[in-house]
Amino acid sequence: MNKIKSLDDLRQLREGMQAKIKLRESGNNSENIVRIKVAMSTCGIASGAKEIMNFLMDELEQKAIEAVVSQTGCMGYCYAEPTIEVTVPGREPIVFGDVDKFRAAEIIEKYIIHNELVDGILPVNYRSIDN
Amino acid sequence: MADYKMHLLVCGGTGCNASDSEQIRDNLLTEVEKHDLNDEVQVVMTGCFGFCEKGPIVKILPDNTFYVQVKPEDASTIVEEHLIKGRKVERLLYKDPENNEPISDSKHMEFYKKQVRIALRNCGFINPENIDEYIARDGYAALAKCLGERTPQQVIDEIKLSGQRGRGGGGFPTGLKWEITSKSVADQKYVVCNADEGDPGAFMDRSILEGDPHSVIEAMAICGYCTGSTKGLVYIRAEYPLAIQRLKTAIKQAREYGLLGDEIFGTPFSFDITLRYGAGAFVCGEETALIHSMEGLRGEPTFKPPFPSESGYLGKPTTVNNVETLASIPVIINKGAAFFNSIGTAKSKGTKVFALAGKINNVGLIEVPMGTTLREVIFDIGGGIKGGKKFKAVQTGGPSGGCLTNSFLDTPIDYDNLISAGSMMGSGGMIVMDEDDCMVSIAKFYLEFTLDESCGKCTPCRIGNKRLFEILDKITKGLGTEEDLSRLRSLCKVIKDTSLCGLGQTSPNPILSTLDNFYDEYLAHVKEHKCPAGQCKSLVKYTINHDKCTGCTLCFRNCPVGAIAGEKRAPHTIDNSICIKCGVCYDKCKFDAISVS
Repeated sequence: MNKIKSLDDLRQLREGMQAKIKLRESGNNSENIVRIKVAMSTCGIASGAKEIMNFLMDELEQKAIEAVVSQTGCMGYCYAEPTIEVTVPGREPIVFGDVDKFRAAEIIEKYIIHNELVDGILPVNYRSIDN
Repeated sequence: MADYKMHLLVCGGTGCNASDSEQIRDNLLTEVEKHDLNDEVQVVMTGCFGFCEKGPIVKILPDNTFYVQVKPEDASTIVEEHLIKGRKVERLLYKDPENNEPISDSKHMEFYKKQVRIALRNCGFINPENIDEYIARDGYAALAKCLGERTPQQVIDEIKLSGQRGRGGGGFPTGLKWEITSKSVADQKYVVCNADEGDPGAFMDRSILEGDPHSVIEAMAICGYCTGSTKGLVYIRAEYPLAIQRLKTAIKQAREYGLLGDEIFGTPFSFDITLRYGAGAFVCGEETALIHSMEGLRGEPTFKPPFPSESGYLGKPTTVNNVETLASIPVIINKGAAFFNSIGTAKSKGTKVFALAGKINNVGLIEVPMGTTLREVIFDIGGGIKGGKKFKAVQTGGPSGGCLTNSFLDTPIDYDNLISAGSMMGSGGMIVMDEDDCMVSIAKFYLEFTLDESCGKCTPCRIGNKRLFEILDKITKGLGTEEDLSRLRSLCKVIKDTSLCGLGQTSPNPILSTLDNFYDEYLAHVKEHKCPAGQCKSLVKYTINHDKCTGCTLCFRNCPVGAIAGEKRAPHTIDNSICIKCGVCYDKCKFDAISVS
């Protein structure tokens, strides 16, 4: 890993990373890349987020759906752990709560493949500082 | 397979559910079917929108139309007008409270401003184990800006201007704290991150460290630059293993990028961070006790002054900041003091993270601007009280805080308002209680906690709290007298006035605030020997209703102490001199024949 020696280095790295993430999000590069974030803080893991993450990866691979499954911190919805956020290219990110293996399979089958929503969506109820 | 072009989201949160949202969903389904739209429109139930006062809510995707206070009979109008004719149903749209204009797109609605995520900006958004994702979200840009373009004093002035106050509980102005350390002269100074989160029910610091560790590292480096410190220490409790692991990973990555270590960004500034583990003592959240614990001494507080900013870790000037305080620092630098300052109330700026717990529907982690009311937090964001019960009180500030009742629901939350209401901000735990909670038992619970956590150094706290606990215990067992209540009050006052540190000075608060707000409940315990909420076991009496009892012998067979007698197929009775009030008979009875009084 190269050291960041100046502000310009940091800017360059940031722009590179932003471009990479943007590509991933808008899917310019590959139309079918689905992004799934699994909330993995202590509470999420305790309610089974790790198993869900593994399950999602296996299922997506089996179904040959190109996807990036990554971990993230607490989304704040403790009452609905495990929670995952699914971003399908061209659609807004959607957060699903209380995801067990059955629901995870349902989300892949219904939402990711057929754009059909399933019960138990957690609506975004906060404002981020970016906008 | 259907190819849906539109989705109707019906709120299935508890509040909306109570006002017939299931019926709305069913009616919408019928209407959609009637118009043969099954293949194009999908109707789904969602979780709580956090806008319960205007529920039930129906949101339509993809155009983001937000209908409020929808009734089951509105279903046909929504389908016929909106779905078929493409006209929004104006009377159901949310109206801007300012000018009464209907707002059609939910993205412009005020209620999205109820929660603003500053400290939690990256939590649940980035991968905490990947520094690149943090950098992509402007990570380390604030540190670069400080090192490259500003003098330490300019940065301190910016923080001072932002009006930020310590989020650990005390509310001391952050900029001022930094300035005092920066002016102290010493060969070595330290930056300490206080991650010893000890309030029962509070977990915001853990979530930040687990979800966005780099924000804390970056802020510590900025603090180091401002105060002239080259060493940072994170005091974190050993019972947060995941937070420790993520923090270690983050520190390692920052070192690899040269964002920690020598000559950061090619400037002469050097800074590095090490971890110190605490064994989980509540008093070690107090900064002097925390410093002693880090020095390898007993975690006991010492008298202030001298303040740690002048003489702290190993006798050197030390800035101690809470995790949440630090997590907001990069935002203040990047977006400017004015941005931070524009949020909040006159004396409390920015946002505060709260851990919502207790008898509330949406238990979770929230971040609201200072000045948000308790009502908005509990009934809108929190989705109201579980099981449709009545709200009784909310405890803020943990064992050092107090209970706030109905009359404080519309008080804007900030440091000063909470103190004048008899509670405090604390680290941000919020425990909601309903009508079934006994306030004497709640006070006893907190006292038991402080009793365990008292370090024992000063007499008022060590012995005083023990005596308080004994009196409360006596009251909950029905053995208290009215004199005990006045004894409680005077002892509370003495402990508050004479204890050495914050733990003892605040430990009587739960008793004082429940005495103030729920004196009737205390009186019922000491005068009538009754617990109105039915929580104090010793005061509860189980009786069998002879009209309902069928003599099935189920209670008789399950009673662990043989307090129940009776023949088969004949009504049973409970001998209250033997009964231990375990409630097994009550749970087991299939005929609702056992009552509690």
